[in-house]
Amino acid sequence: MATAVVETGERETYLNKEYGIKSWLLTVDHKRIALLYLAGITFFFFIGGFFALLIRLELLTPAGDLVQADTYNKLFTMHGQVMVFFFLIPAVPAVLGNFLIPIMIGAKDLAFPRINLLSWYLYIFAGILMLYTILAGGVDTGWTFYVPLSTEFLKTNVITAALAVFIAGFSSIFTGLNFIVTIHRMRAPGMTWNRLPLFVWAHYATSLIQVLGTPVLAISIVLVALERLLHLGIFNPALGGDPLLFQHLFWFYSHPAVYIMILPGMGIVSEVVCCFSRKRIFGYQAMAMALLGIAVVGFLVWAHHMFVAGISVYAALVFSLLSYFVAVPSAIKVFNWTSTMYKGSITYQTPMLYAFGFVGLFTIGGLTGLFLAALGIDIHVTDTYFVVAHFHYIMVGGMVMAYMAGMHFWWPKISGRMYPEGWGRLAALIVFIGFNLTFFPQFILGYMGMPRRYWDYSPAPEFQILNVLSTAGATILAVGYLLPMIYFLWSMRYGKPAPDNPWNAAGLEWTVPSPPSTFNFDEQPVVTWEAYNYDEIEGEVPGAH
Amino acid sequence: MSEHISSVKLYVGIWLALLAGTGLTVLAARIDLGPFNTIVALSIATIKAILVVLFFMHVKYAHEKMTKLVIVTAIFFLFILLALSMADYGTRLWS
Amino acid sequence: MHTSPVTTAHHETHENPALLHHFATAEQQKNAASFGMWVFLLTEVMFFGGMFCAYLVYRYWYFGDFAAASKSLDWRLGAVNTAVLICSSLTVAMAVRCGQVGKQKAMVVYLALTILLGLVFLGIKGIEYRDKFVEHHVPGQSDFQLKEAIPRQPGVLANQQHAQVYFSLYFAMTGMHALHMIIGVGLFAFLTYKAWKGAYSPEYYTPVENAGLYWHFVDIVWIYLFPLLYLIDRHP
Repeated sequence: MATAVVETGERETYLNKEYGIKSWLLTVDHKRIALLYLAGITFFFFIGGFFALLIRLELLTPAGDLVQADTYNKLFTMHGQVMVFFFLIPAVPAVLGNFLIPIMIGAKDLAFPRINLLSWYLYIFAGILMLYTILAGGVDTGWTFYVPLSTEFLKTNVITAALAVFIAGFSSIFTGLNFIVTIHRMRAPGMTWNRLPLFVWAHYATSLIQVLGTPVLAISIVLVALERLLHLGIFNPALGGDPLLFQHLFWFYSHPAVYIMILPGMGIVSEVVCCFSRKRIFGYQAMAMALLGIAVVGFLVWAHHMFVAGISVYAALVFSLLSYFVAVPSAIKVFNWTSTMYKGSITYQTPMLYAFGFVGLFTIGGLTGLFLAALGIDIHVTDTYFVVAHFHYIMVGGMVMAYMAGMHFWWPKISGRMYPEGWGRLAALIVFIGFNLTFFPQFILGYMGMPRRYWDYSPAPEFQILNVLSTAGATILAVGYLLPMIYFLWSMRYGKPAPDNPWNAAGLEWTVPSPPSTFNFDEQPVVTWEAYNYDEIEGEVPGAH
Repeated sequence: MSEHISSVKLYVGIWLALLAGTGLTVLAARIDLGPFNTIVALSIATIKAILVVLFFMHVKYAHEKMTKLVIVTAIFFLFILLALSMADYGTRLWS
Repeated sequence: MHTSPVTTAHHETHENPALLHHFATAEQQKNAASFGMWVFLLTEVMFFGGMFCAYLVYRYWYFGDFAAASKSLDWRLGAVNTAVLICSSLTVAMAVRCGQVGKQKAMVVYLALTILLGLVFLGIKGIEYRDKFVEHHVPGQSDFQLKEAIPRQPGVLANQQHAQVYFSLYFAMTGMHALHMIIGVGLFAFLTYKAWKGAYSPEYYTPVENAGLYWHFVDIVWIYLFPLLYLIDRHP
């Protein structure tokens, strides 16, 4: 195999092929773009986390004594907007998806490398607008931008926040478009749909949601901006407009958006579980179809966010029923991961620890979603901390853990270095403990009636003890997230050089060097084997005890 | 896309059909068809759209099944948006 | 360790200068570009779809007021504009055909005609917008006044608030459509220049074809906007 050698005598990789800021800012290499995204995503994760810490600090005491009420509204709004649009939606697809999909399917790059770079620039431009919004005094609409609050009554930076989200939306749309065309058209010979890693299937399903749903968010934001700026009256009740129409358009996207956030994580979990159980996935077809099923059915349930907003009760019944259906494919996935692990040769490296965490915590989060789908229960717990706990179990206990699993699993491939396994396991444990301590009390708080988005709960001082536990958990969680920041950076200089396949894993990405060369493959692979062919792969996970 | 090259005659024919459809739409709007006015107008519009898609956008001659699947998907999800929204708006005044 | 070998696949020699490095064949590149444009049009369907949803809801609620407001639009200008766009779709289709058969000069003419027709459309739209301003039919303004009766209910003036919802949708939908036309005109200006420079041939006319798809889509949006906005209830 011919390998290009750079002057220092080391193998040419995508990292050392060219140096200099221009070679990064004008790159069309999907792997470099993935790292550009990684920088942005990490940055915004910590910004969003910072707002979360302030929220938790305020809630340590029943009285609203840390910040003003309006400031508190800004804190939870900014936390939500930054976390949703600048971390959760792009994180896995733009970092791991970008990096891995071409390699996993045997291609040299995505179908549209320049559009990939454009997606990053749109993300960054949107991010700058969001930062400007924060520095200019923030916005306090709630991440949901509900009208008429956002169109008529607030004097804060609604337009810049809306514009930031709009532009970030287009970044997301273009990424989804790129992935769909890539997965359809760029697969190597022999890489049939049924041989694709589930990571790829997951991103395909995610991309479908991105291209179908995000445009509706875009238009709803445009209409809010037009109403605010030009006093057009599409949602204005004084003109006979319906504020609920905004909610319909907003949630048509924002419900499927939560599947944009979780499906890539599910893809990661499939890869990790198979590798660390040394088994092919149980029910490959069902897993692939479940991903598509979640994507499609996810579009049918949006008004379950509006049960108490004033929609017709008949519509509420329909949406409640449909919301139960969407749990079915998710449950299939949880059963199949479990069945994959059953009688597998399980080892507990850091990625697997996070994957375990995902399966358990996502299940809890998902089950509480069923409680919320029931109209009777929803009336009592909607807009309480029960809902907050529900979605944080899925997003943080699920998606962020999956992201961590993926980052650890593929870090050797991306950086060419091993992270320190001991620290990885410790951080995973800290995250798990911190997470549950933060969010489990919130289920109880919600059930007891503590409303969300309230800065002061002094009429109910009995809420304090659970809030204190939650805040304590949040600080532990923060430590758990800081550790990987530190040791990943450390590993880039001091980590053990990684072999091509440190985990003895299946998948085309493990057949290329760590890190890969710029065009991924010296020769286009021809695939003749099924996915997860662990029965053909000799050897255990190296370092397994 | 396909390599099929449509004839100029076909394009002109479709163009004339589209213009005729426009004329028909205006004429039909001036006749009282009750609730069918809307249906007729939208039906003509849809036929025009189909002509543009099949012939001007070459979908009739496309090898790729994916093109047709993309179109059907777009229409389907738009339909979901409209239908499920109307499930709320259409039933608000019941009871 | 994998037991399956990774074998070599045959590469097409890269004689085609338009072939980008990450595609194996020109065919794959053309397919990908085309597919990409169709997926983009899918996103546009959903984008406009949100406004059609709003339109559907309010037309259902306020049919009479919508019909009255619709009557204040000049249907003749709307019909002419519809015809203009249909003609421009023909010129676009002809331009793509010129690409297929290698008629470079004719392609330039058809592309230029498309731009011209697009500008005519925008001009007429501008006139219509000016009329709305002059007649005080701009929503959200304090001097809004629609002096139209609800069809077949003489003496019943349209509800001024609901009429403003109609005009909000009118401006939002036609405005967004016009924005897409402007982008289209810009795109075609670029293509006309490139075509004039001889960039397109039967081997490579993909940008013209894909821009054509975009243009046809924008035409289709108008095909629906015309009856929905101008012809709600026009019978005596």
